[in-house]
Amino acid sequence: MPRKTEQFLLVTPSDSKNLVLIRDLVGKIALRAGFPQDYVDKIQLAVDEACTNVIRHAYPRNRRGDITVRIGVDSRKLKVEVIDHGKGFDVQAVLAKDVNHRLNELKRGGLGIYLMRMLMDEVRFDVKPGKETRVEMVKYRDLRETDEQKALQKKLIEKSHTLRR
Amino acid sequence: MDQFSMQRKEMDDLTVLYIEGYLDAHTAHQFEEALRKIIEEGRYKIVVNFSRLNYISSAGLGVFMGVIEEVRSNGGDIKMCCLSDKVFRVFDLLGFPALYDIVKTEDEAIQKFRDAQEKAPE
Repeated sequence: MPRKTEQFLLVTPSDSKNLVLIRDLVGKIALRAGFPQDYVDKIQLAVDEACTNVIRHAYPRNRRGDITVRIGVDSRKLKVEVIDHGKGFDVQAVLAKDVNHRLNELKRGGLGIYLMRMLMDEVRFDVKPGKETRVEMVKYRDLRETDEQKALQKKLIEKSHTLRR
Repeated sequence: MDQFSMQRKEMDDLTVLYIEGYLDAHTAHQFEEALRKIIEEGRYKIVVNFSRLNYISSAGLGVFMGVIEEVRSNGGDIKMCCLSDKVFRVFDLLGFPALYDIVKTEDEAIQKFRDAQEKAPE
């Protein structure tokens, strides 16, 4: 277990073919740092969701951009930052349209951010449109589900039962 | 090695789709094309067998959301079977078990269609 922070940096073209590579690297770093397999699975999926949002939404089709994935591991936690230099997005609008609304309309999209919040202990967005968008996610070694995560899922399950045809 | 592959089996009016590998934003379109082809053939009773699927992200889940309305409005359904704990956990986080039939074995999924057929009015 590292005593001080170990830093890793990966910069890839914003292309879905690189998702497997990003997941593999993040997973290997988390495993080597001693995170249990169920935490590694959650970290990999949360990072995949953040990178998928960049690939699908950050850059115009005719402009190739990069995704930067920065990982820091110390004795308490693993922190991942997913950074792009695309158009950014309205964080409040996305968070306001909760997942119940999406499921209700059987709409795709928007599920990724919900998953990131469920899978990781902390998720922060720092959006500077046209300059830099940074999604920062933290997983602690010794935390299980937070009250916020439990409340989010309870709300979702109640809604899902009313949606069943 | 391919990241994602599929095989298809037909039993009367029922189609079983076996999916294998990693279902993410890179491979979701392959899965969607396969499901759309089945639907275009007028086959609306679909079982998706996940026994060889190692990974799914919301891009994969979105494929189900994109076609389920059409399938159900034509009297069919998509039933899912043989999910690993890891894959089931993702479905569970999104409340899918309340929206879709998710069962342990392929036989159970097929039986659910047969039971529904027997209950349907003549």
